[in-house]
Amino acid sequence: MDDDIVKEVLVESHENLDQLDRDFVALEADPTARGQIAGIFRTIHTIKGTSGFLGFSGLESLTHVAENLLSQLREGTRLLDADIVTALLQTVDAVREMLASIEATGTDGQRDDSALIARLARLQGKGDDHAAHKQASHRPAPAVPAPAPAPAAAHVASPAPMPKSKELAPPEVTATAVSDTSVRVDVGLLDRLMNLVGELVLARNQILQFGSTVKDGAFHGTSQRLNLLTTELQEGVMKTRMQPIGNVWSKFPRVVRDLAVTCGKQVRIEMEGEDTELDRTIIEAIKDPLTHAVRNSIDHGIERPEVRVAAGKPAQGRLFLRAFHEGGQVNIEISDDGGGIDPIKVRDRAVARGLVPADRAQRMSERELVSLVFLPGFSTAEKVTNVSGRGVGMDVVKTNIERIGGTVELTSRHGFGTSLRVKIPLTLAIIPALVVTTRSERYAIPQVNLLELVRIEPKAAARAVESIHGVPVFRLRGNLLPLVYLGAALELGGPGTAPDGSLCIVVLSADDRTFGLVVDGVHDTEEIVVKPLGKELKGLTAFAGATIMGDGKVALILDVLGIAQRANVVSSSKDRKREGADTDLAPGTEDKQALLLVRVGADMRMAIPLAMVARLEELPRRGVERAGRHQVVQYREQLLPLVDVATVVGASAAVQGDADAPLQVVVHARNGRRVGLVVEQIVDIVEDFVRIERPFAQRGIVGATVVEGRVTNLLDVEGVIDACDPSLSAA
Amino acid sequence: MATRQLCTFQLAGASFGVDVTHVQEVIREQEMTRVPLAPPMIYGLINLRGQIVSAIDMRTRLGLPPRTSETPPMNVVVRTDEGAMSLLVDQIGDVIEVGDEAFERPPETLDVATKDLVQGVYKLEGHLLLLLDTARVVPTTERAS
Repeated sequence: MDDDIVKEVLVESHENLDQLDRDFVALEADPTARGQIAGIFRTIHTIKGTSGFLGFSGLESLTHVAENLLSQLREGTRLLDADIVTALLQTVDAVREMLASIEATGTDGQRDDSALIARLARLQGKGDDHAAHKQASHRPAPAVPAPAPAPAAAHVASPAPMPKSKELAPPEVTATAVSDTSVRVDVGLLDRLMNLVGELVLARNQILQFGSTVKDGAFHGTSQRLNLLTTELQEGVMKTRMQPIGNVWSKFPRVVRDLAVTCGKQVRIEMEGEDTELDRTIIEAIKDPLTHAVRNSIDHGIERPEVRVAAGKPAQGRLFLRAFHEGGQVNIEISDDGGGIDPIKVRDRAVARGLVPADRAQRMSERELVSLVFLPGFSTAEKVTNVSGRGVGMDVVKTNIERIGGTVELTSRHGFGTSLRVKIPLTLAIIPALVVTTRSERYAIPQVNLLELVRIEPKAAARAVESIHGVPVFRLRGNLLPLVYLGAALELGGPGTAPDGSLCIVVLSADDRTFGLVVDGVHDTEEIVVKPLGKELKGLTAFAGATIMGDGKVALILDVLGIAQRANVVSSSKDRKREGADTDLAPGTEDKQALLLVRVGADMRMAIPLAMVARLEELPRRGVERAGRHQVVQYREQLLPLVDVATVVGASAAVQGDADAPLQVVVHARNGRRVGLVVEQIVDIVEDFVRIERPFAQRGIVGATVVEGRVTNLLDVEGVIDACDPSLSAA
Repeated sequence: MATRQLCTFQLAGASFGVDVTHVQEVIREQEMTRVPLAPPMIYGLINLRGQIVSAIDMRTRLGLPPRTSETPPMNVVVRTDEGAMSLLVDQIGDVIEVGDEAFERPPETLDVATKDLVQGVYKLEGHLLLLLDTARVVPTTERAS
């Protein structure tokens, strides 16, 4: 037999089968869509025809009965119901398995599909004797079609063999419509092209670097053209590897349908942005994590219909997938309107499993608690189901996404649903990066982390950096920007400024935090080809990889998040996310936290996490006015509501001092809203290991801790604002 | 009599060898990019025709005193299951053929870091040659956890 013909048939059939999955699920929602039935009929008919022609008798006989049933549906002599859809979907699975077997072994396998065939035959009302014998225990087909979109739970009881959905690596095929203007290209070839382009980009960079030392007009013209062509070629080749995310999503309606039936739930899936394109290596990498997240949403997220109705929600749950480009990254959101995550339940579970010490869990914020589901070995399912709940859940999703340089964020409102937001880079192979130097070594900083560059002249440099208790900060347009010296972070030693005495600050963002990285010098931005580091260096979180620079020398790519963690810029919950549970949760480790110390009322010493402080202000007392029930001041052309901390926490009033003395205000900003916390005095900013104890419960106070040898109350910023007026806190 | 071919090199006056089939190439000193925060035995990264390869300072790895001579080290690039790796050695020797009869397991008194790496000793005329296991140059504890 001609292998090429078989191969072509296989590729075409796989494509058709994917389409069938979608058609069936659509059809179930609208059983009268004749056009879709006709399409399904044609596909099955084609497969039957070719399998007969190629001599795959098993495949032929199965598709033959399916075709008969479909022809009745097409003619309208039989109406589609959930039973029929299930049987037909099983047929599709069986066909898929046979195709896989044909691909692997050249035969359609020694399968026994007689039960399925009999079932199909019986559904069309014929039911031959052989089948009836085998199917004796099976209940009769419902005479009245079931209401279409509600898949009855009874499917589960069907005795037909559930074909395993394990596919023996069918060829990956893009599901785009094949027209005369497109050709099929082996992805291996595309990968090789991409590698070559990567090398070409490096060579181009070298030529450009060389060009700066040569004074030859012709050479410059040529290298300029080479530069443009390379860029265009790179973009072109990159585009050939782009695939719409819909290729991954196209499998979801079927997954969702099957899972919903198994779990006895009703789920509607909606998608937006299916045509958002991603590099195929990334598509490959996110396929499993996304599928897992979708399964999780249905298994754990969306409640059973009766529970939903009792909670005042529609019986049918909604799973919403959204993808869009933003800032050179692709955002993917998977949200459901299910029960959400119960932070208390998560906490208890995490403590019960020994993932977090109980005292630590007690003082975690809701958001931190929710993120505990990312810990390895965590599973909230009440019982282990075959859908999920084996404790290899969200941590795998997270690791897989982070492996490709993405981030995962889980937000949940208990009772209202859960939303998983994944941010991933467009491509992994070539990224724009800023090249900096420190101690005469070059480092590349991925552009995605870069916010801005600040350079301070030597004369001003000395005064620009202020120190808060040994922590260097820089006032960037009035906001305090913590500084990290790259040389120190990498333990290179030496002075903290550039050789000429100027100060180069690279303002970076890591995990929603902003910090300034002080380097010796800033060079160009360049397209760099990311190469992984060897196993022996994988443990270094400060580096994301390495690249080869224009002059052929190797430069390390900084992992901005890793650097931020080394310098304690990002909080410990982020550490845990990144480094896993074992290191962070070891007994005795505490977080070093930057705290703002204030005096409240006459004598109460309080601490506010510096992360919650946007600005410190001294405002004239005369400026305080009333708006509704609130005290406000005009601040930056807005009204700043004021909360008197002393009143909320019940501190004894301060001795009434000078009425002209300015108000000391700690400005807290969240989601674009500012609230001013009025305190008596700003005392200091310290960085200390915070160990919170809760000797008592008091409004507005998280607990007490010892800072610099003195007992200090930790202010519950949100709580205080909430207590004053819930509408102020941006929940 | 079974024999094997070894690529030999010198470190601090002593002779070492690795199985010649593991050696990809031997190259002169390369421009090196140092890796801050890395374990001391990682001397730096080199660009091997577009591939980035870690260079291991074998003196540090074997607990020998640091290199003092002016002669630049040589790179013995070996293939491991986890990709290529360059071993920095003082001086490169010949490829020699050794017989099993001259082989002996390393003495128990060898210090732990070295014993892990040394597969055995070949008793050659006039000197001993230590056979190194290229797969164990990076101790498991140094790898990513």
